[in-house]
This record gives sequence, C-alpha cells and structure tokens, in this order.
Amino acid sequence: MRFVDEYRNEAAARQFLEAIGRLVTRPWTLMEICGGQTHTLIKSGIDRLLPAEVTLVHGPGCPVCVTPLELIDKAIAIARRPEVIFTSFGDMLRVPGSAADLLSVKAEGGDVRMVYSPLDAVKLAKENPGRQVVFFAVGFETTAPGNAMAVWQARQLGLKNFSILCAHVLVPPAMEAILGAATGDISSRPAIQGFLAAGHVCTVMGYWEYEPIAARYRVPIVVTGFEPLDLLQGIYMALKALEEGRWGVENQYRRSVTRAGNQPAQRLMSQVFEVCDRQWRGIGMIPRSGYRLRPEFADFDAELRFGVTDIAAQESPLCMAGQILQGLKKPHQCPAFATYCTPEHPLGAPMVSGEGACAAYYNYGRAA
Amino acid sequence: MGKVSFGGIAREVCLAYVPEAQVGDYVIVHAGFAISKLDEAEAMEVFALLDEMAASGQVVES
Repeated sequence: MRFVDEYRNEAAARQFLEAIGRLVTRPWTLMEICGGQTHTLIKSGIDRLLPAEVTLVHGPGCPVCVTPLELIDKAIAIARRPEVIFTSFGDMLRVPGSAADLLSVKAEGGDVRMVYSPLDAVKLAKENPGRQVVFFAVGFETTAPGNAMAVWQARQLGLKNFSILCAHVLVPPAMEAILGAATGDISSRPAIQGFLAAGHVCTVMGYWEYEPIAARYRVPIVVTGFEPLDLLQGIYMALKALEEGRWGVENQYRRSVTRAGNQPAQRLMSQVFEVCDRQWRGIGMIPRSGYRLRPEFADFDAELRFGVTDIAAQESPLCMAGQILQGLKKPHQCPAFATYCTPEHPLGAPMVSGEGACAAYYNYGRAA
Repeated sequence: MGKVSFGGIAREVCLAYVPEAQVGDYVIVHAGFAISKLDEAEAMEVFALLDEMAASGQVVES
C-alpha cells in the first residue's frame, strides 16, 4: 500500500540503526506513548536492534487498558438489559471486568455488537427505534472527534434511543503524571529522558500542548508515526536532542501532523465534550485527564440514562497492569504472564488489546 | 461520507474533518473518520534525509 510499504523498507531501517549506533555515547531511556507504537517496535524487532544503551519504556497509550474497571462493570450491567443493543469497538469486548466481560454477556444472550465506527451505532439506533442503542466511547483524543460526531448527529436526527458510555482520556495530563511521578510507586521508576508522542493523537490535537511540558521537565518530545521507519526516525531525533543537550518538541510525523492539529475536529469536540477528572485503570485519578459530555448533551449520557450504581469493582490480585502501564515493569516480569494470563484468558486489559504491551510481548515472543 | 480504498478494500468513511480532501487524495483514517489529508511532499522527506546522511558519510548507502 502506498505511503505504508515505503516505511517498512529494511535497507532504510538499517541506515537509521547505523546512524543511531554512531550517535549514542551513553545510556538513555525513552518512552513511546502509544500502544500502537509499542506493537510496531516489538513486531519489527526494533527493541532488539537498538544499541544496548537505549532502553524503551512502554507508555500508557492503550485506551482499552486504561478504561476504569468500574466503567467496564457499568458497561456489562447496561449490556445485560433486555432493551439494550450494546455497541463497542472489538477489542473492548474481551477486556475483563470484575466478574465477566462483554463477550460473555453476548454468550449469555445479551445483544452486544462490534462496530467499526460510532456512526454505525447511530445508524443502528435509527433502524431500531424500539431498542436503546449504547456506544462504549473509549479512547484518546484520536477517537474523540468520531464520538463527538456520533452524539452530534444523534441530536440532529432527534434520536431518543442513542447514548454513549463515555470513558475518554487525554494524553498530556498522563505524561505530566508520569514525569511528575504524581501517582504510584516512584522508588523503582525509570527516569524517562525523552518521549515519542503519539502521531495520531497529535494529528487531531496538534503538538502545541506538549511545548510547556517539554519546557517544564526539560525533555525532548518527538511526535512520531507508527511504521518502523517512523519509529526509528523518532528515536533518532530524540536521541540526537539528548546527546546535544536540547529539549523541546519536534515533529517526525509531518505527513500527518501540524502544530495546530485538525481544527474542524477540535471545534466539534469542544462543543460536545468538556474536560473532567478521570480515573485510569491501574494508575489512579489524574486531574483534568478526560472528557465527559457537556450538560447540554446529558440526554445522550448512558450513565445518567440507565442510572447504573452499586458497582463494586474488584481487580484480579495477580495482574500488575498498573505498573506495566506506567513503565515500572515489563510484561514478562509479571508472574502471571503467559501462565495464568494469556490472550485467550486475559487477567488484565493489556493482554487483550491490539495496543496492549502484554499482548505485544506475548504475540511476538518476548516471553523471557 | 466518501469511499476510501484501504490497499484495495473500499469502505465508507466520514470526510467531515478533512473538507479539503479531493478524489485521489490519501487520507489517514481512524475508526471510520478521516483525521488528516496526507502531505505527499512531507511523506518523502525521510528518504531525502537518509540520502543526505549517506552523502555526508554518516551512514552507508542503501
């Protein structure tokens, strides 16, 4: 495919590896924010081809991994209601709640459906006026424009049977939490010296938001794409900045990202959503790190519509997803990894998702 | 809405966020929404950079 295959060129990748090898004079630790980037790094073996001085720490950018357990339990409770068609992106269906997952609700006879786009859920609501259609709106800034559009369209169409269960999260506050060590156990925290920011989040939001973070913590932040060459170039740019003692924001993914981002998308997002505090699974509360529906869209809020309360969320005692999402531990350091916890029987969300670090390690043979 | 070919597989995609997109353009699609029109000149820059690095002896030519 054009503009994809070129960035998987082995000879060009080896050139970057050679350049990185010549550049590095001492140990450096970088974090890639996005789980999609983690999967490319592990799948292509870049993590094993980099000089020994370079450590990659995997970040929290896996939307289904950080969706709080309470919300998954609420989703399960809503999906069990007979009048509900519960819709979701596919990887959310197998994420374990306290006692079940959405796929097992479907197996019990619940009407749980996988959709490709939130607009598919709006269409279902239009076609099924006698049913309540709920969409599980998870994700970072990348999925927010689509979910905002779905709610907007539902209002334009006058739909009374469409709502979203909103679990949106935002990248910059999470980066600040990681850098500021605001949460979690800091004793074993690796000092992260540079970041690869998520190219598609920045496609929507631009990268101006990262400039104050880079300045405050004096770190290089390189907006990076998702193909092997993108990641190698992003790593090269971050290491070059570190070796030269520079910090600030640079943009590797210029074919898609501008400083200001996608203005029409940001406009609709800010009309439909407002910033709120958000609980992150495994990490904890991060102030002003999520989106919720604005009060004028309260009619489309599934939590209000179905009034799900008395949820007593209970995490698996074995799973150490929280430490993995913060870069404190690598997946194979978990005693349950590839034994009690596999993609077929996941204990925690990072083993399920196409963006989860545990699934990447499992699928691409990083078991030891 | 518009039709986008993903390496040969066509799908309906919402183009509301890339009003500038024309037939034949490349777009980046996330969950059914085009979120950017790909900048084709910028897309080739990485190969120019590698050529430059090779010319200045920083890396061997591929």
